[in-house]
Amino acid sequence: MVDRLSVHLPCGESIVRAVDEVSFTLERGQTLALVGESGCGKSMLCRAIMGLVPGRALLPAPGRIVFAGQDLGALEAGERAGLCGGRIGMVLQDPLSALNPVMKIGRQIAEPMRHHLGMTRVQARQRSIELLRAVGIAQAATRIDCYPHQLSGGMRQRVVIAIALACEPQLLIADEPTTALDVTVQAEILDLLADLQQERSMAMILVSHNLGVVAGRAHETAVMYAGRIVEQAPTGELFARMRMRYTRALFDAIPRLDDPAQATLTAIDGQSPDLAALPDGCSFAPRCAHAEARCTGEAPTLVSDGHARHRHACWFPCAVGPTA
Amino acid sequence: MRFVGGKFLHLIVVILAVTVLTFAMLDLLPTSAAYAVAGANASAHDIAAIQEDLGLGDPALVRYGKWLAGVLRGDLGVSLVSGQPVAQAVASHLPATVELVVLAQLFTLLIAVPVGLFSAWRVDSRFDRFCSALGFGLTSIPSFALAMVLVYFLALKLKWFPAVGYAPLSAGIWPNLKSLFLPAVSLALVEWVILMRVLRSELIATLQEDFILLARAKGLPAWKILLQHALRPSLFGALTVFGLQVGNLIGGAVIVEQLFALPGIGRLLLAGIFAQDFTMVQGCVLLIAVAYVAVNFLVDVGYGLLDPRVRCGGVVRG
Amino acid sequence: MDRKAGGVFWLAVAWLVLVAALAVSAAWWPLPAPDQIDWVRLTAKPGDGGHLLGTDSLGRDIAARLLFGARVSLFVGFLAPCIGLLAGGLLGILAGFYRGTFDALIVVIIDTLLALPRLVLLLVVAFVFGSSLFSLTLSLGIVIAPSVARIVRALTIRIAEREFILAARAAGASDAAIILREILPNVLMPMLVYMLVITALVIVAEGSLGFLGLSVASPMPSWGGMIAEGRDVLAEHPHVSMIPAAVMFLTVLAVNLLGDRMRGWLDVRESQL
Repeated sequence: MVDRLSVHLPCGESIVRAVDEVSFTLERGQTLALVGESGCGKSMLCRAIMGLVPGRALLPAPGRIVFAGQDLGALEAGERAGLCGGRIGMVLQDPLSALNPVMKIGRQIAEPMRHHLGMTRVQARQRSIELLRAVGIAQAATRIDCYPHQLSGGMRQRVVIAIALACEPQLLIADEPTTALDVTVQAEILDLLADLQQERSMAMILVSHNLGVVAGRAHETAVMYAGRIVEQAPTGELFARMRMRYTRALFDAIPRLDDPAQATLTAIDGQSPDLAALPDGCSFAPRCAHAEARCTGEAPTLVSDGHARHRHACWFPCAVGPTA
Repeated sequence: MRFVGGKFLHLIVVILAVTVLTFAMLDLLPTSAAYAVAGANASAHDIAAIQEDLGLGDPALVRYGKWLAGVLRGDLGVSLVSGQPVAQAVASHLPATVELVVLAQLFTLLIAVPVGLFSAWRVDSRFDRFCSALGFGLTSIPSFALAMVLVYFLALKLKWFPAVGYAPLSAGIWPNLKSLFLPAVSLALVEWVILMRVLRSELIATLQEDFILLARAKGLPAWKILLQHALRPSLFGALTVFGLQVGNLIGGAVIVEQLFALPGIGRLLLAGIFAQDFTMVQGCVLLIAVAYVAVNFLVDVGYGLLDPRVRCGGVVRG
Repeated sequence: MDRKAGGVFWLAVAWLVLVAALAVSAAWWPLPAPDQIDWVRLTAKPGDGGHLLGTDSLGRDIAARLLFGARVSLFVGFLAPCIGLLAGGLLGILAGFYRGTFDALIVVIIDTLLALPRLVLLLVVAFVFGSSLFSLTLSLGIVIAPSVARIVRALTIRIAEREFILAARAAGASDAAIILREILPNVLMPMLVYMLVITALVIVAEGSLGFLGLSVASPMPSWGGMIAEGRDVLAEHPHVSMIPAAVMFLTVLAVNLLGDRMRGWLDVRESQL
């Protein structure tokens, strides 16, 4: 459970509100998708959960992260590090740079097990081979002695996943796990993650900038904008009844197979706002075609509408109805 | 191993050029070697006889050929002053130099690596800034002045170490180390700064990498991340600098060898210069240059050990 | 160093101005001549018997010797980098601009000269040229030249690939015009900054030669020689060595500080481009 978590990065004179009062709860065996444009705070949120924010970042009260009943902020640094890599695993965006180029992959997979579970070298190696098989790498017993540069991008991401799974985590954080990969490999990796998550009944946070990616794979979807969650609902409900114009815009940005060949891709006008100087009121207002006076004057809060688990932050939400 | 092969060719070319250079530099000197041998009040007849003897009448190219052929057989000629074979003199002065280099670079590493790691881990911390400023000051002190200060306090005032002299290994390991401690430290106190700077800046770059983030996400403690993940990929620049330093100390430690009266190559060269002993100077310069080039060749090969991508003939990191 | 080095920076400038002024005016101060021997006061303490900084083991006035030694250090520290920059810069630009066989030859020569530790090269070159002040300066200049040539060559190659060189060539400019008008200004600025670093190196190198007894012939004082001369009386009279060592350290530090500052300015300038 994440409760009113904020991450503030002092940057010269101003403070960048990278994550601003974000709250959500994630149950075991569930997948939460975090969706939003680049720079909206998704990655910083993941890092905050892992305790990997940059040294100068501030985590102002009353933000808390509660994992399996423990308030992570209240833990000693050592205990916290014991959770990371042990009970919480993480998959990074770019597998090409996420693996140490001068270390054999076997050792990189074995490392957390040796550290957290106290395995011997032989045990850890045995288990690493099993893990490589589990993430779908053929000839695991020989590949384990490869260096990262000897593997393809997709294989490397499988290795990164194997590392994240090494200690049987209860929570897996996948930060844009497929962005850096070929389109053909993307679906494979996503399906692999979904399968593993089901198999091991882990909780998973799946970060993406692409609504299409999360559509069939997440139980719940939260849309982030400028450091805040602006709409959150069970995935099916979200797709059926989008209330936020920003969510709609993201949705329209997904290219579709049934589009005519000449159709131009829809882009969202304007740029993500400067997180150091957010406007008063709704932060999406400057880019919103439907903004009115109230939008620029007063910030909307995350409220529930008719559907109990569907929350959104907009004064003038889209009409409820099937996707147009 | 085509990578190593190319480097080896370069090594040969440079060494060959060095032999030409050393030969030419001293052969074309205004004062003829014959005068140096015969002394100031030799008769013209003596000079002619000595010139004949040394083969100085031949054209330069022939003499170079003869000299080079001798060098390849390990014959560096005979000292014009003492009559001792140069190769023998060089060999007897090599141990002190090698020991000094090893010890000095050991101290350099012992200071530079921990300081570099800690400074890079906490960039701009008080420790980092202190070490930068200290290093800046140290590199501005001429090595001989620094050595004098060390001698004054550690040898003359506290009497912990001998002020001059060299105890060979045969005199026992402890006296030997004691006699080399001050010279090695005076070298290391300047050298660590340069090594630390390179290591620190490379480490800072490495610590921004995703694989460090992943290592942190594994929950590894800081020392493991630094030593096992960050250090090795950050050693390329430091290795180059280290090689240059080792190459430089063979012969380049002249001042320290002279100040502490260590019987090393640098001091042999200096004595040769003072005595106008051309063949001795030639032999020393050749050895110093070959050692320098060879060390740098070994550094290039060392890249392969650090980076598996180079070993497999892949990309070479600039 | 960082931005707050402002005060330190001006201190460094002030120190160098002071040293330069004293070196120029060395002969006009009411001090004993640098080679005048005070038989009564050998290794006198600073302030003793009218010797402001004391005397060395031959009874010569340290203050006077420092002033005259400063002449050598500053003369060499200014002229040798100029010679090195001129010779190295010329060869580097020509090699980098024309490439081909000439370039290959220059590269081999550079590599060969740099395959000797600088001090060894300096010893050998000084050995060949002898030890008057001018030949000393020349030797130091020659030792600097290969490093300068290597850097200038690399810079020239980079600049020669840029569009404005192509444009100048297309406009019919001659090689000489391109080198003088397009390449030289672009190479000059980084090299001038580099020059202060060289100056510091040269002052140390001259001191090293002096320390080994291979700098200007005595009785002309040099800082390195003064430090070496104090070695025999180091235990009882450390000031004989330590005063010139301190002066030399402060001077080199000041030059390094200026160099560092100027490099900072250049970096800013380049990053703004």
